[in-house]
Amino acid sequence: MAMGTDFSPLERALLNDHQHDFPLCPRPFAELARRHGVDEDTVIRVLQGLQGSGAVSRVGAVVRPNRIGASTLAAMAVPQADLERVARLVNGFDEVNHNYERRHEYNLWFVVAAPSRQGLSRVLADIEGATGLPVLDLPMLEDYFIDLGFSIQWE
Amino acid sequence: MGIAATALPLAGELDSRDAALLGALENGLPLVARPYAAVGALLDMPEAEVLARLARLREVQVIKRWGVVVRHRELGYRANGMVVWDVPDHRVATLGRRLSHFPCVTLCYRRPRRPPDWNYNLFTMIHGRDEAGVRANLGHLVASCRLEGVTHEVLFSERRFKQRGARYLGGYAGTAGRAVVPS
Repeated sequence: MAMGTDFSPLERALLNDHQHDFPLCPRPFAELARRHGVDEDTVIRVLQGLQGSGAVSRVGAVVRPNRIGASTLAAMAVPQADLERVARLVNGFDEVNHNYERRHEYNLWFVVAAPSRQGLSRVLADIEGATGLPVLDLPMLEDYFIDLGFSIQWE
Repeated sequence: MGIAATALPLAGELDSRDAALLGALENGLPLVARPYAAVGALLDMPEAEVLARLARLREVQVIKRWGVVVRHRELGYRANGMVVWDVPDHRVATLGRRLSHFPCVTLCYRRPRRPPDWNYNLFTMIHGRDEAGVRANLGHLVASCRLEGVTHEVLFSERRFKQRGARYLGGYAGTAGRAVVPS
């Protein structure tokens, strides 16, 4: 897998410079190409490569939580031997978008999003039902961070 | 289970065409020469309307960020430490704003306590190339903000079982024209 030092200068620029500055114009990749001194096809091809390798999740919107729909951070304390099975059950819910193991008694952490708070509560109850384990529901109450993306320090 | 205190009224902010557009974009823009036209074609929406609606959604901050969404782990940031703090409730907002100004802090949120099992009310995410780097940054936060007396823990990520964008609206299928946004 490509790591920090393996990216070309164009890849680095595309990864770092447009996390909150992506053009809203009919030919956005041509606009990026103009800024980086390459052609439109090159920009598209390089971005396709970055998306294919997983470095880029997508080009698109990060939607402010609680402005559309409802979301929450949920946690479960899962017996270690059962973790993979429970994680697969949780992944099976389309409403779950992030799901990580963390080193703690609460060792499974996942984000759930749904069109409404009622829908969200239903999903959490279904996850409890499917796994037989209680779920901590930790919705965001206040956001202190204006997310301007992630400034990458290349090694 | 409590309702998020910051759930905002949606009246006048989003109509069904905005919602259909956001639904169509949940997997990101197609990487083609005219991506806004391509998304519009799915929705029977002219390219100019797609652009105008996205600009407005950014302006009213329904869209918090519009751009390239990266995966940290693939960029060499293998250590992801979620630091959870038990801060006196009257100090949490001040401290949250202060911590969010440190460049190593990539997310900072207040969340509810769930006693007796969970007594932490402030979450900060620190991404680093390795655990030592995350711990060094955490030490810097503690010293700079005089947090020695505040109970906290750092939870490092291990396996990633899933990572993709949120699908509030259930993806593209069937969202066009549907009034999906709850009031």
